[in-house]
Amino acid sequence: MNTPPHSFGKSVFELMSSMRFAISLLSILAIASIIGTVLKQAEPYNNYLIQLGPFWFEVYEKLGLYDVYQAAWFLLILAFLIVSVSVCITRNAPNFAREMKSFREHVTEQSLNAFKHKHEAATAHPPEALAASAQRYLEGQGYKVKNLPREGGVLLAAKAGSWNRLGYFLAHSSIVMILIGGLMDGNLIFKVQQILGYKIIETRDIPQSQVPAISRLTPSNPSFRGSVQIPEGSSADVAFLNVADGYLVQELPFTVGLKQFRIEHYTTGQPKSFESDLELFDHTGKKIREATIAVNHPLIHDGVAIYQASFADGGTRLTLRGWNLFSPSSEYFDVAGSVHQNTELTSAAGKYTIEFTDFRPFNIENMGGEVQPAGDTMSVLGGSPVSDKKHLRNVGPSFQYKLRDARGQALEFSNYMLPLELDGRWYLMSGVRGSPNDAFRYMRMPLDAGGDIDSFMRLRGVLLNAALRPEIAARFARQALPENAWNTEIEAKLKFSATQVLALFAEGGFQSLGKFIEDKVPAAEGEKAAGTYLRILELTAFEALQIANRQNGLPPPKVDDATGWLVRDTLNSMSDMFVYGAPVYLQLAQYDEVKASGLQLTRSPGKNVVYFGSLLLTLGVFFMLYVRERRVWLRIKPGHALLAMSSAKHTIDFEKEFLRHTQALDTLAK
Amino acid sequence: MELALNQPAPLLKRLSWFDWLFSAIVAVGGLYTLSRFGEYMDIYEKGILLTAIPAISVFGWFWKPFRVLFIVVGAISLFSISQYQGNLARMEEAFFLKYLISSQAAIMWMCALFSLATLSYWAGLLSRSEFTLKTASILTWSAVTLGFIGLMVRWYESYLIGADVGHIPVSNLYEVFVLFCLITAMMYLYYEALYKTRQLGALVLLVITAAVGFILWYTFDRGAHEIQPLVPALKSWWMKLHVPANFIGYGSFSLSAMLGVGYLLADRGILASRLPKQEVIDDMMYKSIAIGFAFFTIATILGAMWAAEAWGGYWSWDPKETWALIVWLNYAAWLHIRLVKGLRGPMLAWWAVIGLFVTTFAFLGVNMFLSGLHSYGTL
Repeated sequence: MNTPPHSFGKSVFELMSSMRFAISLLSILAIASIIGTVLKQAEPYNNYLIQLGPFWFEVYEKLGLYDVYQAAWFLLILAFLIVSVSVCITRNAPNFAREMKSFREHVTEQSLNAFKHKHEAATAHPPEALAASAQRYLEGQGYKVKNLPREGGVLLAAKAGSWNRLGYFLAHSSIVMILIGGLMDGNLIFKVQQILGYKIIETRDIPQSQVPAISRLTPSNPSFRGSVQIPEGSSADVAFLNVADGYLVQELPFTVGLKQFRIEHYTTGQPKSFESDLELFDHTGKKIREATIAVNHPLIHDGVAIYQASFADGGTRLTLRGWNLFSPSSEYFDVAGSVHQNTELTSAAGKYTIEFTDFRPFNIENMGGEVQPAGDTMSVLGGSPVSDKKHLRNVGPSFQYKLRDARGQALEFSNYMLPLELDGRWYLMSGVRGSPNDAFRYMRMPLDAGGDIDSFMRLRGVLLNAALRPEIAARFARQALPENAWNTEIEAKLKFSATQVLALFAEGGFQSLGKFIEDKVPAAEGEKAAGTYLRILELTAFEALQIANRQNGLPPPKVDDATGWLVRDTLNSMSDMFVYGAPVYLQLAQYDEVKASGLQLTRSPGKNVVYFGSLLLTLGVFFMLYVRERRVWLRIKPGHALLAMSSAKHTIDFEKEFLRHTQALDTLAK
Repeated sequence: MELALNQPAPLLKRLSWFDWLFSAIVAVGGLYTLSRFGEYMDIYEKGILLTAIPAISVFGWFWKPFRVLFIVVGAISLFSISQYQGNLARMEEAFFLKYLISSQAAIMWMCALFSLATLSYWAGLLSRSEFTLKTASILTWSAVTLGFIGLMVRWYESYLIGADVGHIPVSNLYEVFVLFCLITAMMYLYYEALYKTRQLGALVLLVITAAVGFILWYTFDRGAHEIQPLVPALKSWWMKLHVPANFIGYGSFSLSAMLGVGYLLADRGILASRLPKQEVIDDMMYKSIAIGFAFFTIATILGAMWAAEAWGGYWSWDPKETWALIVWLNYAAWLHIRLVKGLRGPMLAWWAVIGLFVTTFAFLGVNMFLSGLHSYGTL
């Protein structure tokens, strides 16, 4: 026996429409999707290069793993899925439509007898009478019934739940619709243009207006999803689309202007809302529309939806005081700059470029320890759900910048404008770090009674001034020794020691002192020597403060705790100066804030297709899962009735229903 | 004669006076809320409230015990709210609030009752004691009641913290874990009554106890029970629909996984004489996955529509979205195999069990290991 050979086309059709093929595609789709959740998508290519190394970077790039969901092979799986599901529908739909309509009235008594679910009953009623009452019963149960005369009696053919088949049709065509809608909103058109060489991704960091036409998309582009940052008082007529390791410029059909960007806060300091007041203009400059957008409240104009996506600094103007940390004077110089711009700095310490990167008007910091729930009922319950956030405080504005030296090396700084209270005393904080992955290390500069760092800066200046050292040492020796030891060898020794300590400290802070002790003092006496040196340093620093005050025409410092701490903190801070990494500290004196709003602009013609598909999907799923298709036949002959029932799914509910029908037949037949 | 045929009576004739009383209470409550607080709601929230009235009514008619649950939870929650007298500090002073029905007290009681219920189910299963099993059901019902009271009162407490802080308690991992326990337990209780079998409670309550363990750890170790104001992205009426729909999905998938465990145990002859027949477990498992799948589909669609409004695209291949898709594909395949191929047996049970791991990863793992837009509950 030879089976007729299948044509190739038919085999392909068979394969495509088989459920095994569809399930395999779904599995591959699921696995491919996982890749994109494990490997962070659409990062700058440099990050991948660092993470993977040059070899694997290349391999991953070839496989399109940096943007899996737009990779050609991924789209191919989706295309296959569309074809597979479509073929499945075309194959089954005619059959299903026939099944939905059909009562299967051609069943023979013989075939009914072969049913697994059948029931016979003897009856005294004439066939027509029994048929009529059974029909009423079945209709009451939600069946559609056809009464057919048959040889020597009647055949009732009944069906219910035909919509189950409709559900199949809806659910599967909805998948095709959703996929097509999704592809409409994807970047297929660009991909084709890229392959044909009509469009190229721009990778250079150049002003938008200089991007050539080959990397620009016209306003008629049917679908895009781009973003743009607009400073307050400015406008934009393009958006940027991130593609692979570069970008494209999408020209917009209108111009968006930002009047104002606002952040509102809860009393606890967390952000409550982000809002932008926008103005839209046409290309002649005429205002078309004015609207406020917020998160969850986009503006839709001309098929383009505008979303509040992010915010940033829009070029806040900063007025700064520059302190030359290693100069023996306490003079500052003025510096001006704007965020996102650079300022050249030529100082005694060398040539630097300040790259201002950010400004933050608020900084909410956790200023206290965790409060443990008290030892009563509340602690058994885990404490009150009302959070005690009193230790969260707004510590005021800060700004960030990079200081790049002549060799191109840069450190990043973050300076607060207002002082912070730490351990009961107030300091100005300046943070520094070498790379964005590190945490900031902070140098804290003590405030004086007037709330300024001026005293610190003056004392620092005097301590670094080598010319003043003999005077400081002399004052210190006189203070430390009883009058009868003045002008003796002891005084000379003490002066020498004090000068040496000051010189060592001015060279490298506590580290130099420590190193000196390590090198020159026997290990056994190291600790004692360190104590002595520290004492000398503090006392000489106090004398230095006297001189600093005198030089600036101020009254001599009080001998109290506050002065003691000022001196100690100054010494600590100066010691930190040597590892601060920059010769300049920039203090924020004034600012004029300019905010920028990050907008996302989207045109997605496939959205409604997807939504309509989703609606069909929901209906389809419910029909498929909750409408059970059942058929009942009742063949009635004089004195005898045969009931048979069938369903595609033999569930417990089906068994129960069959039992109910058999009992009904018995009752009716009596 | 008609009665003997078990003909279904028209819906309205089947309703008892209690059904009508229930609906009246729901309608009066809903309309009062609308008139009292309508000025603070937007049009969508009003729509949700008005749709909830018939939806809750019909659900109560469909599942009768829900009527009692609804009324008891409502009454006790209102009592609790009245005890506050508009003052949060009363939480630590008023007797009822301090020990029973402030949100945190009620939720801790829920945790305790679920744990007791688990023990009782196991004791009843092992000793074949119908009485103990019945006690376990009652404990589970009590836990559900207190859990709902906890969430209701928490909702009110959040408004006492600040009018702008107040929000429905489905906004962070702590709150949705409570919701998960409640939904899973309610679905189980429904099937327990439908199939007239209590033995499976021993298995199902295990997954709830695991969630309770998480809630306790999360509370005591991380202080996650503190009410936090909403981040701007979550300030939307979509949250009221998207999150609960999702948790009906998660809850029923977890339920089906535990039923799968029961099926596999029975298949190996472990506890077989104590557990219900395999075909009953199988039927429950199918029904649970079916309802879960339907709601998960809706939840994902609602999520996509919300994303279109909040993030500027209905699908961003964000890790959470992608994993939701994977979960959806997983159960879609399960249903295809079962419905089209008609396959039954241990293979599908295993699959349902493995499904729990996929679901758990989508629900928790994504928050722990992957970063993305959906970073509302971090560990």
